[in-house]
Amino acid sequence: MTNIQSSAVVAETEGPLVPPEPGAATKARPAWRSLNFGPRLWVSAGLILLITLLAFVGPLFYPYAPDQKVGSLYDSPSAEHILGTENFGYDTLAVLMSSTRNSLINGLLAGTLAVFIGVTIGILAGYVGGWLEELLMGFTNIVLAIPSIVILILISISLQSTDIPFLKGIVGLALVIGITSWPWTARAVRAQASSVGTREHIDVAKLSGARTPGILLFDVLPYLASYVVMAWVLQLASAILAESTLSMLGLGPSGTNSLGMQLHWALAFQAVATGAWWAFLPPTIVLTLISFGLLYLQSSLDEVFNPRLRRGKKKNLAAAAARRAENARKLAEQNEREEVTA
Amino acid sequence: MSEQLDTTPTTGPVLSAVNVTKQFRVAGGHITAVDDVSVDFHAGKVLAVVGESGSGKSTLARMLLRLMPVTSGQIMYQGKDVTHIKGGELRKYWTDVQAVFQDPFSSFNQFFSVGHTLRRGMGRQHLSEENLDQLIETCLGYVGLKPADAVHKYPHQLSGGQRQRVMIARALMMNPKVLLADEATSMLDASLRVSALNVLQDLRDNLGLTVLFITHDIGQACYLADEVVVMEHGLIVERGTTDAVIFDPKNDYTKRLLADVPDLKGSLKVRKDG
Amino acid sequence: MSGVLMRATNVTAVYAADSGKDVPAVDNVTLEVPDGQILGLAGESGCGKSTLGNALAMIANPPLYVVAGKMEIGEETIDLSTLAKGANEVHRGYRGATVSLLPQGAMNAVSPTLRIRNLVVDVMRAHKRDTTKEEALDRATDRLKMLEMPTRVLDQYAHQLSGGMKQRMVTVVSTLLNPQLLIADEPTSALDVSSQKALIEMLLAMVEKKIMRGVIFITHDLPVLSMVTDRLAIMYAGKIVENGPTEELVNNARHPYTSALLSSVLDPTEETRTKHVLGIPGSPPNLGNPPSGCRFHPRCKFAMDECSATEPSFLYERDHAVACWWANKHAFETVPMEVNQA
Repeated sequence: MTNIQSSAVVAETEGPLVPPEPGAATKARPAWRSLNFGPRLWVSAGLILLITLLAFVGPLFYPYAPDQKVGSLYDSPSAEHILGTENFGYDTLAVLMSSTRNSLINGLLAGTLAVFIGVTIGILAGYVGGWLEELLMGFTNIVLAIPSIVILILISISLQSTDIPFLKGIVGLALVIGITSWPWTARAVRAQASSVGTREHIDVAKLSGARTPGILLFDVLPYLASYVVMAWVLQLASAILAESTLSMLGLGPSGTNSLGMQLHWALAFQAVATGAWWAFLPPTIVLTLISFGLLYLQSSLDEVFNPRLRRGKKKNLAAAAARRAENARKLAEQNEREEVTA
Repeated sequence: MSEQLDTTPTTGPVLSAVNVTKQFRVAGGHITAVDDVSVDFHAGKVLAVVGESGSGKSTLARMLLRLMPVTSGQIMYQGKDVTHIKGGELRKYWTDVQAVFQDPFSSFNQFFSVGHTLRRGMGRQHLSEENLDQLIETCLGYVGLKPADAVHKYPHQLSGGQRQRVMIARALMMNPKVLLADEATSMLDASLRVSALNVLQDLRDNLGLTVLFITHDIGQACYLADEVVVMEHGLIVERGTTDAVIFDPKNDYTKRLLADVPDLKGSLKVRKDG
Repeated sequence: MSGVLMRATNVTAVYAADSGKDVPAVDNVTLEVPDGQILGLAGESGCGKSTLGNALAMIANPPLYVVAGKMEIGEETIDLSTLAKGANEVHRGYRGATVSLLPQGAMNAVSPTLRIRNLVVDVMRAHKRDTTKEEALDRATDRLKMLEMPTRVLDQYAHQLSGGMKQRMVTVVSTLLNPQLLIADEPTSALDVSSQKALIEMLLAMVEKKIMRGVIFITHDLPVLSMVTDRLAIMYAGKIVENGPTEELVNNARHPYTSALLSSVLDPTEETRTKHVLGIPGSPPNLGNPPSGCRFHPRCKFAMDECSATEPSFLYERDHAVACWWANKHAFETVPMEVNQA
């Protein structure tokens, strides 16, 4: 009943006692400075950066525009058009860059929206508890129980016939994906928030006169930050894939480029049957790389945030081991000498 | 700033629990953690609530702090019923009744520096920056810390004992009348523990602070408390002055508790005899 | 006094810090456990007592490395170093059978959904693969009868037992193989006083009935140690500073640190009611950069010039050893307790 007491008297955990170095090093050092960015993080971040550059900077240097007719149906790759042309006779690489850009924007919007809704609902339910939790989680479970692909299809069809231009394009689709994919984030965040809510520092904040919004923002959210960042990265990946699925099925915004639309047209114009690999392989590869990059980023972030998974830098480990062995040898010699003299 | 911390002498108890009961719902019924407990806290005294795990002492503390709702009964503060106050009134209550908790690690928001932790909640006091700095210096001074050594540090840069002192200083910033220490010293090493207890003792003697000291360790109660309440399974089984309860216990449970406490030199003898 | 059960010499153990630097948590410690006795290892958080326990139990895992140390136990001489090739395989042969460790918080590590009998069988099989269920249970039943404990506990689930009973069962199970030495790390710290007493009485009975030939009892709780141990070793900042018969150490402390620790003990006695203990000024040193000479000198009220200059070696007075310059100059004198009080 009073779980505070069960762990009662155990003294501070023993371990390496390394209080801050005296002198200069005692200067305040925020916790993030001690984060360890491993090679996996650099590889995955580099991959994402490369694709982002291709999508946003590439078009500035590429001579052809994605809506510029440069050939006919499925011209083979040539020196002029490295990836040939696609079904409408546009340059495939130009279209690919524009598609990637739109897919990334879509993912960013949808993923951010999903995380925003999920975190808000999860944190409120988990921290406040009581009837609000019942209500919010009930709602979440209902949304979770509805097959989201059906909702997605229904809303995207109705969006296509809407008159609001803003919702017609990639933004509309992103909204649809965002508002259907938050539930699992909400559930996961709720669990985390309710565990943070039992920490003593929340009671201390209350006693300091902090109000609930302040507590949620400053005392609960920071403890979930690493988790939220990881959820966001995953949501990005799944939003990009969701967009591609919908677009490939022909439910995407017509008239805009996206990786899914590209695949849709490739399917519609028999690219696979005619062996025009340059029409469907590049968007597939980019999609794979994006989701691989994001998932890899997520798992390497896990390593950054979770010290248990952290592995030291190999080089340093080896050097430390060598130093340790050397010290051990010296110690052994010294002990032997003492034994002889004794 | 010393006048800030003066307690107004009041007749009668500062804080009291009147027939307070707490039941928790569990699968297949409920358990009574605190069973019809009434206890008074008198101004300028240290009252220790002693009990083993499951005695309900921490539940009682959380109810007194209004961090947990009561099932029935009343919490009275300075003659006023505060059992169900909310919002601004409750925040006002929390400036008068402050607490220090057991765990010097999880009591801190690790993202805040000590200075930030101390300043938090001072916004409503409308103090000038200078006065605030002065108050921080005073309160850290009470617990034997200097602002220069503490305010810029983050919790992970402090030792357990230092953190617990910062927590006491934080409570004092509010100029409380009552300080509730819920196992506040049980996770500290023995030598740090006595200095934390000394701090509480000084606060009582110099500032007239009322201290509610919750512990499983009857030895600490013996060192610090003026009065002792012994709890077992949610009930108060014995109460009285420290001397009466510890050196002349009437209740069987208190007697057993005292007999089981290992005693540095006494136990040596017990072993020899046995 | 009877012979020596275990003698550990020159044990040094380091933690590999994130910075790549090694922090010595146990620094060149030599320790003996007399046959049939219980040795208490006391000291404050971070003094290295648990680390020493882990090193002696041969369960050091990275980032903890034992860089030097030898243990003579019974007929065997074991190299405690974890750096040597194949050290783990060698150590595995001794774990549980020769030296058994009851780790901190062991009772919380038992799965609540496991019956105690299953735990018994698992532990027995971990060491002797061909143990039958009946053999294991017979042995456990005999053991419980021998210790006058209820045998029905074997059929209960861990979650049905109280904390104290669980801890006693874990202790019984971890000594089923009759280890020569049991190392118990803070076994009583999370228990209520009545359960503490029961566990201590059981341990004493086990030693008396020769289930094991010696115990190292690690805790910060001096009153508990005075109740259970024959000898006490006090550790400070990775070194043993005083070692002697419990009664003598408690009544005639020779090291100022021991004396300060003893006076910090708050027994429910008339003396406690009137005394005012000062505690130890300052904080424990950074083990990565320990003070010169005697490591306690910056906090010691008796510190002299030589204390900061040279590390004191052990002074033996009968079987009471102390490493202190003050003790060197004041043979057989007890540290005056008054300095710790006001």
